Amino acid sequence: MIPELGHFSLIIALFIAISLGVLPILGAARNNSVLMSMARPLAVGQFLFIVLAFAALAYSFLHDDFSVRYVAEHSNSQLPMHYRFAAIWGGHSGSLLLWVTILSVWTVAVATFSKHLPEEMVARVLGVMGLIAVGFLLFMLFTSDPFIRLLPAASDGQDLNPLLQDPGLVIHPPMLYMGYVGFSVAFSFAIAALLGGKLDATWARWSRPWTTVAWVFLTCGVMLGSWWAFYELGWGGWWFWDPVENASFMPWLVGTALIHSLAVTEKRGAFKSWTVLLAIAAFSLSLLGTFLVRSGVLTSVHSFAVDPKRGVFILAYLVVVIGSSLLLFAWRAPKIGLGGKFDIISRESMLLSNNVLLSVAAAAVFIGTLYPLFMDALGLGKLSVGPPYFDAVFVPLMALTILMMGFGALARWKQSSMSELIKRVRWGFVAAAILAILLPFIFKHWTPMIVLGLLMSFWIVASLVVSLEQRWSGDGPFIQRVRSQSLSYYGMHLAHLGVAVFIIGVTVVNGYQTERDVRMNVGDTVDSGGYVFRFDGVRSITGPNYSAEEAHLTVTRDGKLITALLPQKRTYNVSGMPMTKAAIDTDIFRDLYVSMGEPIPDSQGAWSMRVYYKPFVVWIWGGCLLMALGGVMAISDRRYRIHSRKAALIAEGKQPVSGGMATQGSPS
Amino acid sequence: MTRFWPFAAFAALVVFLYIGLGRDPHEIPSPLINKPAPTFTLPELYKPAQQFSSQDMKGQVWLLNVWASWCVSCREEHPVLMELSQKHIVPVYGLDYKDTNVQGEAWLREGGDPYTLVATDANGHVGIEFGVYGVPETYVIDKQGVIRYKQIGAITHENLQQKILPLVAELQAK
Repeated sequence: MIPELGHFSLIIALFIAISLGVLPILGAARNNSVLMSMARPLAVGQFLFIVLAFAALAYSFLHDDFSVRYVAEHSNSQLPMHYRFAAIWGGHSGSLLLWVTILSVWTVAVATFSKHLPEEMVARVLGVMGLIAVGFLLFMLFTSDPFIRLLPAASDGQDLNPLLQDPGLVIHPPMLYMGYVGFSVAFSFAIAALLGGKLDATWARWSRPWTTVAWVFLTCGVMLGSWWAFYELGWGGWWFWDPVENASFMPWLVGTALIHSLAVTEKRGAFKSWTVLLAIAAFSLSLLGTFLVRSGVLTSVHSFAVDPKRGVFILAYLVVVIGSSLLLFAWRAPKIGLGGKFDIISRESMLLSNNVLLSVAAAAVFIGTLYPLFMDALGLGKLSVGPPYFDAVFVPLMALTILMMGFGALARWKQSSMSELIKRVRWGFVAAAILAILLPFIFKHWTPMIVLGLLMSFWIVASLVVSLEQRWSGDGPFIQRVRSQSLSYYGMHLAHLGVAVFIIGVTVVNGYQTERDVRMNVGDTVDSGGYVFRFDGVRSITGPNYSAEEAHLTVTRDGKLITALLPQKRTYNVSGMPMTKAAIDTDIFRDLYVSMGEPIPDSQGAWSMRVYYKPFVVWIWGGCLLMALGGVMAISDRRYRIHSRKAALIAEGKQPVSGGMATQGSPS
Repeated sequence: MTRFWPFAAFAALVVFLYIGLGRDPHEIPSPLINKPAPTFTLPELYKPAQQFSSQDMKGQVWLLNVWASWCVSCREEHPVLMELSQKHIVPVYGLDYKDTNVQGEAWLREGGDPYTLVATDANGHVGIEFGVYGVPETYVIDKQGVIRYKQIGAITHENLQQKILPLVAELQAK
C-alpha cells in the first residue's frame, strides 16, 4: 500500500509541476496577477507530494519491503539501519528521486525567501524550476520508477554495493546533488531575466546568495567524494580524473566562475551576457554530469547502475533544457548589453580573465573526459585520456589563475594601475618566492613542481596580507577597522586562503609521500616517513553483514607508541564481494595509511601490505572546507539581510522574518 | 552571430552523445567469439628479453586479461582477479596494453600481481588484432586456442561466478 501511495504522489507531483511550469509563466507574460500568484502555493504542493513519495520509499527500505523491486535490488535484511536509509540513493531510480526531492526543496526555498522580489520574477523563476521538475518526474515515472513491485516478493534483498556502505557515501550524494540542483536556481533566475528582458544589478544581487549556497554544497560534495575515494578505494589516491569525478568538477569550475562574474554584475553592472551564459552552463554541466553517470556512455569506477535506454531519455531532456535556453540566450542576449565600461587594468578585467581561465579549465576537463567518446564516434579508434593529459593542461592554467587571483583581490574596480599594484605586492611576492625556493631544501627534496606549488599558495597568502594590511591600517581604533570590513570581504579571503591550503596539501603530498609495498611476516616491521609499522598478526572478525580478516599494526616513532592501525579485508555475505578497508591515522600534518593486500600462500600468516605516509593530505580537504566556509561567510553578509528585511517590511507592513535569505543554507 | 555559438557547440555535442549512446562499450559482442584467438609473441613484463608465445598455451584453458596501469576500471576489477588467482582454478595471463614496463610493474607491486605471466603490448598491435575495445577486457580461451567468451569492462564477482567460472569448468572437462 505504502509504495503505491508513493507512486501516486509522484503522479500528482507531476501534474502540479506541469501547472507550475505553465501557469505562472503565462501569467507573467500576460501580466495576469492571479496566475502569477499561483506559483508559491504550487511550489509548496509539489514539494509536499515529492517528499511524500520520498518518505514512502524510505519507509519501504526501513521496513525491508522486498516486494518493491528497487528495495530488493539495493538492500538486505542484514544491512545496518543507516545504510538502509542511504540505500535509497544507492541505485539509479532512487538517485533520481533524491534529485527531484532536492529540486523541490530548492523550489520551496525560493518560494519562501523571495518575499522582496517582484511577483513577475518569482512567477518566472518558480515556473522554470517547475519545468525542470516535469522532465525529471516524467523520466522517473516512465523509465525508472522506484516503486515497481516484485511479485512474488524476494525473500531477501541483494544488498547495497559494499563500496557504498560507508558513512562518507551516506552524505556525499545529497551534498553533491544540493550543489548540482542548487545551480538550477541561478539557471532559473537567468532564464527568468532573459524572458523578462530585465537583466540588471538587482538580478545579480538576487541570484548571488543562491548561487553561493549551491556552490558551497557542491564544494563539500566534491570534497567528500575525493575523501571517500582516498579511504575507500584503498589505493591512497585522492583524485583519479575519472569521468564521474570530472562530471562533478566541471560544474564546480564553471560555478566558481559564475559566483565571481555575478559579483561584477552586481557591483558594476558588467559582464551581463557572460554571467547569464555561465549560469546556463553551470546547470547544463550538472545535467550533463547526470547524463554521463547515468547513461553509461563512458565507463567509470563510479557508474553503478547504467542502462543505455535511459540515456536516450536523458539526452532528449538535455536537448530540450539546454538547447532551448541557449536559443533563448541567442535570441535575447543583445537586449541585455555588455554593461559598464572598465579599464584593461581593473578588478573587472582581472575577474574576467580568471573567469575565462576557469572556463578554459572546465573546457579542458570536458574535452579530456569526452575525448574517447568523440574519437570513437568518429571511428578514429579507442583511447583513454589519463592523468598525464589533465596534469599537463591543468597545472599551467591554475598557475595563471592563481597569479590573477592575487592581483584581482587587490585591484580597484573600474581602473587600477599595474605599476601601483606591482609596487604594493612586490615584497610579498619576493618573500613568497624565497620561501618557496628555500623550504624544499629544508625537507631534503627539491623539485620545480614543489617550488611552483608552494609559490602559488604563498603568493595567495601574501596578497591576502597586503589586502588586510591596507584595509586595517588608517585612522581610528584598530578593532573598529577590523570590524568595519564586510563579512563578504572576509569570506572572499577565507575562500582564497582555502585555495592556498588546498595547493599546499596537493604539493606536499605529491612531493613528499612515501609508499611501501611489502610482504610482512608476523613481527616484521617496515619504516615509512620516519614511522615504524609492526605487523602483529591477523584475526577473523564478523561484522553485521560481512566477515573480515583484520590485521593489527602497531605504529611507533623513535620508540614511542603512536597508534594501532586495524585495516580489514572484508567479504560481504550477500554479494560475496571482497573489499579492502584501509586503516588511516590522521593528524594535521600527516596521514598514516595501511591497506591489506593478499595473504602470502604457503607462509606462516604473512600478508602483503601497502603502507603509505601521506604528509599534509588532510590539507586538501581542509582547503575545500575553508573555501566552503568562505562562501558561508559571504552569504551571511549584512547587506543581503538588511536588503531583504527592508523589502519585507515594505512589502508586508509587518515584522520581517528573522534572518531572511541569508541565514539558510549553511552546510550541515 | 557570436551569440549563436553556444547553441551550435551544444548541437554538435548532442550529435556525439547520441552516437556514443548507440555504442555502449559493454554491450557490443565480439566478432571473434568462437574464432581462433590471434596468435602473438610478445616480450614478458618482468623479463623483457624473454618472449611469450600464445602458441605455448595450446592444450590449456586460460584467461587473457587486458589491462594497463592507466586504466581506472582495472582497479575496480583487481580484487576480483586477486581472489581468482588465489584459487588456482585457471591461469590468468595479463596483457599490459599501451603501457610502459616501469609503470606496469609499479602498478602490480602496488596492488598485487594476480597473473601467471604478463606480456607487454606497448604499441597496442596485439590489442588491435584482438579488437580490444576498452580496457579492461578479458578473454576465455579454450584448449584449441579458440576464444569462447569476451568480457568488456571490469569483471565483477557476479559474472565471474555466473559466467566465466562455469564456462571454464565446462571447457576444462572437454
